[in-house]
Amino acid sequence: MTTEEQLTMPIEVGQLIGRVEQYKQGGYRLVQIGCTKIGEVYEINYSFDKDFVFRNLRITVTGDTEVPSISGMYWGAFVYENEMHDLFGIQVRGMNIDFKGNFIRTSIKFPFGAAIPKGEQP
Amino acid sequence: MTKQIIIPFGPQHPVLPEPIHLDLVLEDEMVVEAIPSIGYIHRGFEKLVEKREFTEYVYVAERTCGICSFIHGLTYCQGIEEIMQVEVPERALFLRTIWSEYSRLHSHLLWLGLFADSFGFENLFMNAWRIRERILDVMEQTTGGRVIQGSCKIGGVRRDISGEKLGQMSKDLDSIGQELEELTNVFLRDASIKHRLKNVGVLSRDDAYSLGAVGPTARGSGVSLDMRKTGYAAYGKLNLETVAENDGDCYARCVVRCRELFTSIDLIQQAVRKIPDGPTDVKVTGTPDGEYFTRSEQPRGELVHYLKGNGTKFLVRSRIRTPTLTNIPPLVKMLQGCELADVPVIVLSIDPCISCTER
Repeated sequence: MTTEEQLTMPIEVGQLIGRVEQYKQGGYRLVQIGCTKIGEVYEINYSFDKDFVFRNLRITVTGDTEVPSISGMYWGAFVYENEMHDLFGIQVRGMNIDFKGNFIRTSIKFPFGAAIPKGEQP
Repeated sequence: MTKQIIIPFGPQHPVLPEPIHLDLVLEDEMVVEAIPSIGYIHRGFEKLVEKREFTEYVYVAERTCGICSFIHGLTYCQGIEEIMQVEVPERALFLRTIWSEYSRLHSHLLWLGLFADSFGFENLFMNAWRIRERILDVMEQTTGGRVIQGSCKIGGVRRDISGEKLGQMSKDLDSIGQELEELTNVFLRDASIKHRLKNVGVLSRDDAYSLGAVGPTARGSGVSLDMRKTGYAAYGKLNLETVAENDGDCYARCVVRCRELFTSIDLIQQAVRKIPDGPTDVKVTGTPDGEYFTRSEQPRGELVHYLKGNGTKFLVRSRIRTPTLTNIPPLVKMLQGCELADVPVIVLSIDPCISCTER
C-alpha cells in the first residue's frame, strides 16, 4: 500500500467560495468535483492537489439546495459542475459554461439522483 | 466587425475514433471560441456499483476503457486495498507496474499512429501500429487478453510471469527500442511534421496548471505532473525521470509521448531486474468500509477513482475521474485563436479517450 494522506474538511455551503479561494491563492490545482448520494442527501467533494498533497472539501446538501459555481476561480470546473447537474440534478448557480442539462445526454433524467422507477432501470 | 459563423466539429469526424462534439465559433478561418459537448455514449458504469459486488466490480472498472483497461483495474483494486488495509505481495506490485508500462507503450503507439494519420502520414501510422502489435502480443501472452487483461484482482494479480519469460520480454524490448528509435526520429526530425505541429495549439504553463491539464498535455507545457512519482505499485522502487517539454504546442506533446516510450521500456527493464520472488496474491476477507481517492498515471494522465464503502459487499459510490475529462478545458483554451484546418490535429494532440470519459 502507498497510503496518501488525504484530508477531508466538511464545510457549509456558504463557506465554499471562501475556502476554494484559499486553495486557489495557495496554488492548488482542481483535481475533481464529485457527488455521492447518501440516502436523501448529497455529498459533494471538491478535491485539490499541490505537489502531491491532496486536500478535499466536502459539502452536504439536499436535492433542492443551490450550490455556487467555483468556475469563476477554476475555469475548468464547468465540466464537473455540468456533470453533477446532469447526473444528480444538483442545481449549480453561476457556471461559466452552462449546458442547461445537455452536457451528458441520458435516457433517464438525473439517473444518479432520484430513485429510478422499476422498468426504467438499466 | 467580422461576421462570426459556427461550424460543428464532430461527433463523427475522420480523425475521431469516438464521438465528441465541438461548436467552433469562427471569424474568417480563425477559431475564436470552442464549446465542447460530450455525452453521446455515456454508459453509466458508475451506477453498476450498486449491482455488482466489490470483488466483481474490478471487471466493470477494467471495461471503462479499451486502451488502458489494465490501469483502470489496478487503480480500482488499489483503492479497495487501501480501504481494507490489504498488504499486496511485492511481486504482484512489480507485475502490475510491468503491465501498466506495457499499456502505456501500446497506448502511446496507438496515439502516434492516429496522430500521423491526422496529418496525412499514413505509412507512419502503419509503422507505429506494426510495432504496437508486438506489445499487444506480449500482453496477450502474459495475461491472456489483448484489450481487456483481467489480470488484476483485489489482493494481487491473477497470473504470474515466469523468470524465463520476463528475461525474454526484456530482451525483446531492446529490439523494440531500436525500432522505436527509427519511428520517433521521423516524428521528431521530419521538417514537414515540425512545420505542421510547431506553434500550433499552444497551451502556456500557467494555463495548463490552472485549467487542470494532466499527463502529456500538462507535461508538454512544462508542468511535470506524474502520479507515478507518488510511488504506487512498484514505482517507488524504480528510478523514474519525468519527461517534460516547455513549448506547450502540438509538437511538444508529441515529443513527450515519444520520449515516454523509452521511459516505459526502461521502467519495465528495471522492474524485470528487481522483481522479487514470492506469492502474487493474498486472500482478502471482509468488506470495504471507508473511502479513498486512489490515483494513478494513465497514458493520458492522472486517473482518479473515488471509492466509498459502507461495510456491505456493494460499494456506495465509485466515481471515476478520467484524464480526458479534465483535459477538455485545456483543449478549449488551445483551440482559441487557431486556424480551422489545425483543429483536428489539436484535438488529437490531447489524445482524447471518449470511452473513458463516457464511463
